Amino acid sequence: MNTKSISRRDLLKSTGILVVSFSFFGRVSRALAQGDGLSVDGMDPTVLDSWIAIAKDGTVTVFTGKVELGTGVVTALAQIVAEELDVRFDKVYMDSGDTDKAVDQGVTAAARTIERGGPQLRQASAAARQELLKLASARLDSRVDLLTVTDGVVSVVGNPSRKISYGDLLGGKRFNVKITASGIGWDMKVAPQIPAKDPKDYKIVGKSIPRVDLPEKFTGEFVYSQDVRVPGMLHGRAIRPATSLSTPSNVDESAIQNIPGVVKVVREGGFVGVVAETEWAAIQAARALKVTWSEPTLKMPSGPDEVFDYLKNTKSFKDNVVVNRGNLDPAFSQAHKVFEATYYWPFQLHGMMGPPCAVADVRGDRATIWAGTQGPFRTRDAIAKMLNIPPKNVHLMYREGSGSYGRLECDDAAEDAALMSRAVGKPVRVQWMREDEHAWDPKGPAQYSTVRAGVDAQGNVIAWEFMDRSFPWTASEGNPLLASSQIGFKPTTPGFLNGAGGGGQIYTFENQKVLAADIPWMQKGDWPLRTSNLRAPGDLARVFASESFVDEIASSLGVDPVQFRLKYLASDKRISEVLTTTAKNAGWTARPSPAPASSGTMAAGRGVAAANRANTMIAAVAEVEVDKSTGEVSVKKITLTHDCGLIVNPDGLKNQIEGNIIQGVSRALMEEVQFDSTGQTNLDWDSYPVVRFNQIPDIEIELIPQPEMPPLGGGEPSIVPITAAIANAIFDATGARLRRTPFTPQRVLATLRA
Amino acid sequence: MAQISLNVNGKARVVDADSSAPLLYVLRDNLGLHGPRFGCGLGQCGACTVIMDGKSVRSCTIPTSAAQHKRITTLEGLGSVARPHPLQKAFIDEQAAQCGYCMNGMIIGAKVLLDKNAHPTISDIKQSLNAYICRCGSHLRIIRAIQRAANSSAKA
Repeated sequence: MNTKSISRRDLLKSTGILVVSFSFFGRVSRALAQGDGLSVDGMDPTVLDSWIAIAKDGTVTVFTGKVELGTGVVTALAQIVAEELDVRFDKVYMDSGDTDKAVDQGVTAAARTIERGGPQLRQASAAARQELLKLASARLDSRVDLLTVTDGVVSVVGNPSRKISYGDLLGGKRFNVKITASGIGWDMKVAPQIPAKDPKDYKIVGKSIPRVDLPEKFTGEFVYSQDVRVPGMLHGRAIRPATSLSTPSNVDESAIQNIPGVVKVVREGGFVGVVAETEWAAIQAARALKVTWSEPTLKMPSGPDEVFDYLKNTKSFKDNVVVNRGNLDPAFSQAHKVFEATYYWPFQLHGMMGPPCAVADVRGDRATIWAGTQGPFRTRDAIAKMLNIPPKNVHLMYREGSGSYGRLECDDAAEDAALMSRAVGKPVRVQWMREDEHAWDPKGPAQYSTVRAGVDAQGNVIAWEFMDRSFPWTASEGNPLLASSQIGFKPTTPGFLNGAGGGGQIYTFENQKVLAADIPWMQKGDWPLRTSNLRAPGDLARVFASESFVDEIASSLGVDPVQFRLKYLASDKRISEVLTTTAKNAGWTARPSPAPASSGTMAAGRGVAAANRANTMIAAVAEVEVDKSTGEVSVKKITLTHDCGLIVNPDGLKNQIEGNIIQGVSRALMEEVQFDSTGQTNLDWDSYPVVRFNQIPDIEIELIPQPEMPPLGGGEPSIVPITAAIANAIFDATGARLRRTPFTPQRVLATLRA
Repeated sequence: MAQISLNVNGKARVVDADSSAPLLYVLRDNLGLHGPRFGCGLGQCGACTVIMDGKSVRSCTIPTSAAQHKRITTLEGLGSVARPHPLQKAFIDEQAAQCGYCMNGMIIGAKVLLDKNAHPTISDIKQSLNAYICRCGSHLRIIRAIQRAANSSAKA
């Protein structure tokens, strides 16, 4: 994969104007990639040139709607392309997330990019290779089946002097070939009938190729969305109320008269923003502007307990029954013992390091947007709708922001920038402030999960009923984002469902029901508790509940937690294997929990949890120390085993897993959005702490390679078992069962003393 | 607006800026630097850190006026992809980032640490970087990269 041939940095040096590099590369690649015209849905996927262009020097440019979110996924996609085309990795350039150049492959999310987007690019590459071999066959006067390709050079088997390079075969010209493509987004099937390489022959896929984006990120040469600057650009900031999107009844501009460089106060419907010549002037003006908001249209709940009561007592609008086996009622009535417990999960932040940022340039009925969105086409369409112009008139160019973990599927900053740019007729850059992001991040929803199990006299689980009650993602799936809402757009759906995995369906219990209920949002409209998908959405909380509960049963029956699980996992070899491997690597010795009570202040324990997230299998053992006098939990080590099918880049995958584990520790131990009826109360990193260096556990990871399987997701499955493993370890250490996250010292201490 | 003289990465620069503006905005918007990044504007996360006269400072909270007559080094001042500083090289070798947004603070923080303590223990590293947030969870790789850089300079 190559970013050097026409790198943005070199252009930046030679021209001094960053925007030139965007449009320069745009012209080059558009000329190569012009398909049958840009449709509303991006480039036509049935035109091979929409996907791949080959330059005279043999450089392969791949046009993809998938984007790098800091996970290394674009490096992995480039490996897949290089492998299938038989070109050197450093000859592949990924042109990513440009709505005028790419096929819409759906949002980059849910750890689905390698699983779904990978085969799309692999098959497009296989189709390209097939065409190149046809061309070579004519030029070399040889049958296709007698040709071989090495590093982008086609030669005749047994006669290597008869050869021609991809660049000489096609360089600078179009393929002009139709391929098949059906379905849309993630589900698009691209040229499925074209034979792809046998994974046994892989040389590039499966290697830990270093990430292409990282060197520039270590030197300050990388251009993030926050670094985009265009000529004549102004800076904007939106001003929003604390509790709900009420309307401004009065805007007093007198307080900003003395701030030099203020260009305009933008008011449109309920939207208020300021635009200024410098970023600092915009920030000062946004702080100083006196906005009187109308009486809030929504009342914030008084605190988390009110939310949990609401979740418990409100009728669902949709029940997703994902397992319904046997007959629960008679099984429960026959049970020797019935267990029941409820688990609570709070609203949590995505917590992006860099608040969202975008630059918009709206001129008449056209708009150009540079943004860090996870869904370039989704943001393009949202902006088109908001500005009431056709989607094809909006050109969105992806520029990476900071890690987003789902948050940038809702690209609010791009809408703010577009609205303010339209108002001033110039390009406007908007970067949210920290308090904006903490307050208005569409949060991971609160969840309330109840589990009931019946055990017979021999200690067999004969009944299992899991019910998760959760909010849908109100800011997702085409529902209006903040600026759109403020100028009058209304939600069209109750929101996208918060998943249904992790409710114990990995186990085969004789009578079993797993249900994820979607509870209608408390009140219609936008407020700081709006919701969206947060890494491994829903599953993290559900696995916390189901895997804690399994431990509760095992402990009550006096059975070792690993042995207890294996008994009911017997039908799935892959998940049994990750569990046994984890136990072995963690030096697990079979005994029931809790551990024999310790005499001192410090108590040590170990806990296990297993999960299946979108067919990726994971098991983790957590080792913790609990200070019984303070309630402070220290996670000493996490041992984890991961099976996600074929592995494209082992080190990249390990990097993701380490990150999932560490973020999992953070979400388990300390993360909770606090609020009262006046609004959200933790609006910075001191009041919403995340894990820091002193709290980082040791990590041991084993990857189980499955070269015969297709590649599956690695971006989020491994966070899923972490909370439950820690909860089970705290129980093992102290005998205290934590059923509500986060496990803050106060909560642990209260549970210890209960 | 005022003419402010700064010394950034060994070069004398004069900028036309509000002297009360935090240094971060002047570095990014007036001087076009990308190393120091806006993360919180509150001095809590470390993404904006620069070296001022040998000490790490949060450029999002100090006024530009306070940086006059001081020597300021940003991430760009350490090295480039073509000529990386040993720390930057070590971060590449350890693939010690995910999104990379926090990397400015991590590498600047590590530089200040290694300048004072050429052979830090893991505990020293954790302690001195505890004031820097990484949300993606690259902490263990960052620690390894700093150890690698310390070892490579020991051999040199």
